[in-house]
Amino acid sequence: MRALFPHSKISKGLFSSVCAAGLLLTVADASAHWAYVTNEKDDSISVIDTETNEVVKTIDVGERPRGVTLSHDYTRLFICASDSDTVQVMMVHNDSIEFELPSGEDPEQFALHPDNRHLYIANEDDAIATVVDIETRQVVSQIDVGVEPEGMAVSHDGKYAIVTSETSNMAHWIDTETQTIIANTLVDQRPRDAEFSLDDSELWVSSEIGGTVSIIDTETKVIKQVINFEIPGISKDRIQPVGMELTSDGKTAFIALGPSNHIAAIDRSTMTVTDYILVGRRVWHMALTPEEDKLYTTNGVSGDVTLVDVQDKKALKTIKVGRYPWGIAILPKDKIPN
Amino acid sequence: MGCLLLASFQTYAQTPQLDVNIVYVEQKIEHPPVLSNLVAWPEDEGLMGATLGINDNNTTGRFLGQKYSLETLIFEVDEPKSSRDEKIQRVLAEGSKLVVVNLPADDLLSIVSLDEAKDDLFLNAQSSDKNLRNEECQANLLHTIPSRAMHGDALMQFFTKKRWKQIFLIEGNGSSDSALADAMRQSIKKFNLKIVEDKRWIENADMRRNASNEVPVFTQARKYDAVVVTDEDRDFAQYIPYNTWLPRPVTGSAGLMPVTWSPVIEQWGAAQLQSRFNKIARRSMTGRDYSNWAAIRAIGEAVTRTGAVDATTIRSYLLSDDFELAGFKGTSLSFRSWNGQMRQPIQLVHDRAVVATAPVEGFLHPITELDTLGYDKAESQCVSFDNNNQ
Repeated sequence: MRALFPHSKISKGLFSSVCAAGLLLTVADASAHWAYVTNEKDDSISVIDTETNEVVKTIDVGERPRGVTLSHDYTRLFICASDSDTVQVMMVHNDSIEFELPSGEDPEQFALHPDNRHLYIANEDDAIATVVDIETRQVVSQIDVGVEPEGMAVSHDGKYAIVTSETSNMAHWIDTETQTIIANTLVDQRPRDAEFSLDDSELWVSSEIGGTVSIIDTETKVIKQVINFEIPGISKDRIQPVGMELTSDGKTAFIALGPSNHIAAIDRSTMTVTDYILVGRRVWHMALTPEEDKLYTTNGVSGDVTLVDVQDKKALKTIKVGRYPWGIAILPKDKIPN
Repeated sequence: MGCLLLASFQTYAQTPQLDVNIVYVEQKIEHPPVLSNLVAWPEDEGLMGATLGINDNNTTGRFLGQKYSLETLIFEVDEPKSSRDEKIQRVLAEGSKLVVVNLPADDLLSIVSLDEAKDDLFLNAQSSDKNLRNEECQANLLHTIPSRAMHGDALMQFFTKKRWKQIFLIEGNGSSDSALADAMRQSIKKFNLKIVEDKRWIENADMRRNASNEVPVFTQARKYDAVVVTDEDRDFAQYIPYNTWLPRPVTGSAGLMPVTWSPVIEQWGAAQLQSRFNKIARRSMTGRDYSNWAAIRAIGEAVTRTGAVDATTIRSYLLSDDFELAGFKGTSLSFRSWNGQMRQPIQLVHDRAVVATAPVEGFLHPITELDTLGYDKAESQCVSFDNNNQ
């Protein structure tokens, strides 16, 4: 602050009024969504109000909750309760568990098909992916995949479901029509997360131990680019890419870099890392607000969530949650129950 | 990364099957009698780790048309050396082989130096011996099990961080205990710490009844910050904690222990490896199990990335910069090009939890911090690797 306004009291005054104006603007433009954060070691979910950025409630759920996602109509929250070997379906309007889905053993992550009906679940201990029909609550299919399936994604057009297997180092391409694997792309060590670009032309896969992000061409299923990371003063071994978020304008990608305690911002037009943003310890996953102006990160070891400004690429606030926050999903304000 | 791009796309079930046969050699170990009834060594130690490695490779291999199998050559304690070596020789003579070995250093050396072994690749999963990584290293021999020096350095990095500078060293009476004590002395010197007492353990002490009488007298000294005890067979080490003359932490073979693997490791996805292992072995995974698993997985990774099964290609891939293996220890594992030692973090644990992971933060290295553990390039006396890799 001193560097910005080194001289007079007037400039300080000016600064405060700018601040006040900014604050007023923020209030007027309030984006009070709810962020649901799973606390892996507390068997609970912390709900953060994105206006006050405080935890408004904590909900008890099954054992070791990790992956979390909302139904496309925002009425239900799906929770991978890994140690309970189930996917819990929570009603957003009253926080009650409506039913549990037969998920297979040790579900870790999942992805919901655009049909809002088929949930693709990675069963980490069993080297299978389970497809569950939410309406009938039946397992539709179980697909053999590599060792320790983890990351899950479904393309926006619904054609492909992707499973990454951490020890086999592959992204498996599942045809959602036939529920069979049609291709496998080898990537760097320990692939954790998969995300399709909005137009489905690219699949992004993060490799935690390899320290890279592979961008795979959907058409050919071949890697077209590998992104490396380098943070001054931080050992390469600690830079471990995990969660990814791509902005829908196609401009920016955020990559959570685990125990380096930073997230990277990538300019997608040049495919270069523009910023490394310091967040909490061992950052796992992230979620963008519906306006995509704010990004929330879950920091496993420090037990908190960091709020990041998407435009300025700056960390704004840290919010204490439960022990080992892992997954995060954001409920838009107009869907919040009264 | 170049070859990764080439080999990165495989359509499902179209490639012809590639059979990968790995030979597993083990001679059972006769553990000396120990005082405690709780000390027990699993009969299938090593083998179960290798078996899990094969399972993991096959789960991956089914998408790539690879089928892994383990050919086991397991010898009882009383199998004479001559007949054992003859049987091994016969298998090695069949062609280029990939071999995972669980033998003591001397026996291992006599096998890898055979004429029949020249075209083979051996991965040592049992011996932590110093000479195998130095003067007596062999170009066809890599090591997935850490050296004692790596364990010693891991512990002493932690001592440095804690400022435990003055050390009371207790050396056990077995030859492996002396080897571990030597490694500890070397690490203590390397990190500029000081041994204030260096004593050999009393033979024939009945610790189960007398620990509270014997140990305080034995550990009497004016000043020390910590005790290091070397007792690889766990004959007496567990009786030292809480019985020392001064109230000081006990480390080494009891208390705070540097380990290759332990059931208490659960971070970095390790819980999954533990549970996969428990499922097939119905017991916890040991360091030797882990080293066997890592050896088989390293081969699997090399086969997957190169598409080859011959020992020469596998060896050069394993020693190249391209090779990395996710080993549930927080960083990728690779091999040192100067002596074939697998780089890996060493965890410092007690019975119920991980205390620290080495390399301890702050110990820096120009290439990789993992090389702050064990024999770095400049220290290694190994010369066999120079011609073959650089």
